[in-house]
Amino acid sequence: MPFIRAPKDFCAGLIFVAFGIAAIALGSEYPLGTAARMGPGYFPRILGILLIVLGGGLSLRALRLPGAALPGWKWRPVLVVLLSVVVFGLLLTRLGLALSTVGLIFAASAASREFRPKEALVSGVLLAALAVGVFVFGLKLVIPIWPGSG
Amino acid sequence: MSFDIFGHLATGFGVALTPINVLYALVGVLVGTLIGVLPGIGPVATIAMLLPTTYGLQPVSALIMLAGIYYGAQYGGSTTSILINMPGETSSAVTCLDGHKMALKGQAGAALAIAALGSFFAGCVSTVFVAAFSPPLSELALKFGPAEYCSLMVLGLIGAVVLAHGSLLKAIGMIVLGLLLGIVGTDVNSGMARFAFGVPELTDGLGVVSVAMGLFGFAEIIGNLELAGKREVVTARVKGLWLTKKQFRQAAPAVARGTALGSVLGLLPGGGAMLASFASYAVEKKVAKDPSRFGKGAIEGVAGPESANNAGAQTSFIPLLTLGIPENAVMALMVGAMTIHNIQPGPQVMSSNPQLFWGLVASMWIGNLMLVVLNLPMIGMWIKLLQVPYRLLYPAILLFCSIGVFTINNAHFDVSQTAVFGLLGIVFAKLECEPAPLLLGFVLGPMMEENLRRALLLSRGDPTVFLTRPISLAMLLAAACLLFLIVLPNLRKKREEVFEESET
Repeated sequence: MPFIRAPKDFCAGLIFVAFGIAAIALGSEYPLGTAARMGPGYFPRILGILLIVLGGGLSLRALRLPGAALPGWKWRPVLVVLLSVVVFGLLLTRLGLALSTVGLIFAASAASREFRPKEALVSGVLLAALAVGVFVFGLKLVIPIWPGSG
Repeated sequence: MSFDIFGHLATGFGVALTPINVLYALVGVLVGTLIGVLPGIGPVATIAMLLPTTYGLQPVSALIMLAGIYYGAQYGGSTTSILINMPGETSSAVTCLDGHKMALKGQAGAALAIAALGSFFAGCVSTVFVAAFSPPLSELALKFGPAEYCSLMVLGLIGAVVLAHGSLLKAIGMIVLGLLLGIVGTDVNSGMARFAFGVPELTDGLGVVSVAMGLFGFAEIIGNLELAGKREVVTARVKGLWLTKKQFRQAAPAVARGTALGSVLGLLPGGGAMLASFASYAVEKKVAKDPSRFGKGAIEGVAGPESANNAGAQTSFIPLLTLGIPENAVMALMVGAMTIHNIQPGPQVMSSNPQLFWGLVASMWIGNLMLVVLNLPMIGMWIKLLQVPYRLLYPAILLFCSIGVFTINNAHFDVSQTAVFGLLGIVFAKLECEPAPLLLGFVLGPMMEENLRRALLLSRGDPTVFLTRPISLAMLLAAACLLFLIVLPNLRKKREEVFEESET
C-alpha cells in the first residue's frame, strides 16, 4: 500500500498550507492590533491559520483514505498559451496591435496538435484586421496600430 | 407586499426602454450569445472577457449590458450543448443529456425552440418574482449591523460550498484562499499595502477580471487543448424551429415546474442556474410516467432544466441586489462591475439609486424577449460558428481576452496577472479544486474583513457578539446545520448521485 493514498487531495492540501504559511510569514510585519482594534495583520493571520489547518487536514486525510491519482500534465499547451499571452501584453504598445496580433495568433496556435503554420498566419492577419477595426476604430481604444504610431 | 410593484416596474421600464439602454441590452445579448456559443466558454469567462468593454458606459447601461451578456451566454451555452456534446459550463451540462440526443434524432430544431421558449417563459415569471421579493428583503437587510453581515457572509459562503459538488474540505480551502487573495492591496483602515511586494500595481489589489478570466477562461482553453477528441456538430438536421402539438403538450408542464423550482433555488446561496438545472432534471425524471425515456431525447429533459436555469439565473440577482452578497461566480463578477462604477451592492441601492435598480430588473425581461426574437432566426449563424475548428477558435478567444484585460488599465501588468491565474487555474483543475468558491471569497474578502472589524469594534473585542445577536446567531446556526447535513452519510450519497447522474 502506498504511503500517500490520495495524491490529488494531498497536493491540494500542501498548496493550501503553503499559501497559509506565506500569508503568516509575509504578514508578520503588519501590526496585529487587538480584536477590538484589528490591525492590518489581524484578518490575514486568521486566514493563514485557517488555510494551514484545512490544508493540513486535507493532506493528512489523504494518507488514510484512498483517492484519485495525479493526472498527467502536458507542458506544451500550458507554456505556449500562457507565454504567448504574456509576450503579447509586453509587446502590444511597442509593436502595435496589428503585428502583436499576428504574433499572438501564430504562437498560440502552436499549442494545438493540429497546428498548421500557413493557416495560423492567414488567421492571424485576418484577426489583426478585425481587432484593429473593432478596438481602435470601433471602440476607440488608445492602442497603437503600428510600431511607433502610439 | 404592495401594488407598488407596478409603479416600480413602470420606473424600471422607463429607464430600460430608453433607446440607448435597449441598444446596450441588444448588444449584450448578441455578444453574450456569440461568445457563449463558443465551445468551452461559459458565462463566467464570457462576462469576464466582456466586462472591460462596459467600463466606459453609464452605470445603468453597463449593468443592463452585463445582464444581457449573462442571459446571452447562458442561451449560447445551451445551443452548444444541444448541437455538439460540449457544454461550456455546468448548468448546460444537463441540457446535453437529452438535448444532444434529440439533435441526433433529427429534432434539434424542437430542442432549440423549447430551450428558447422555456427560457422566455421563465424569464417573464422570475422578473415579477424579483420585483416582488426584493423590496421586503432589502428592508430587512437595512436592519443588519456588521455582526449580522459577517454571519450572513459565512452562511452564504458555506451554502455555496455545500451545494457545489466535490470535496467539502477543498471547497472551504478555496474560499479561504479567495478571501486571502481578496485582501491583497491597500488596507482601507491603516493605508498599509498588504502582500503587494513593492509592486505599485498590486497596491490596488488583484483585478477581478484577471482572476476570473485566468481561472475560468484560460484554464478552460488549455484544458480543452489537452483533450484530444473530435466534436461532432449536428447541423444538417436543424430544420423547422418549431414544436409539434404533442411536443408542446409534453414540454409545457415541465417548463412550469422548472420555472417554479428555478425561481426558488436561485435565491439560495450557492444556487442559481447550475443547481436549478440539476434539480429540475431530477424532478422531471421523477414525475415522468416513463423515466427510461430520459437520456434518450426526452423533451421534458430539455424544457425543465432550461427554464429552471434561466429562472435561477435571474432570481440569483435578488441576494446580490438586496443583501449585497453574491451567491455564485457570475454574481461575484457583477459585484466587481458595480464596484468599478462606485456602486456598493447592498440594500441601499434600491433606495438611493432606484433608477438603476428597477432599470436592471426591467431589462431582465427585455433581455429575455430579445433572446427569443433574435436567436431563433439567427440560429444558422451560430451553427456556422460552431463549425469553425477549435484550432482556429481558441487563438481568437485568447486574443480578445488579452486585449480586453489589457484595456482595463492600458498596461501589460493585467495581462501577465491573468496568465498567472491561468496557471493557477490549471493546477486547481488538475487537483479537482473548483474555482467558483475562490472567486466568491475573492470579492467578499474586503467586505468580510471590514464587517468583522466593525463588529468587534462595537463589541469591544468580544467575539460572542456573533452569538448573542439573534439574527446573527440564526444565520450561524443555519450554516452549522448545512455543514452538519453534508457530513451525514445519507445525504452525501444523495448529493453525489444527483451530480453523477447529470454527468454521465
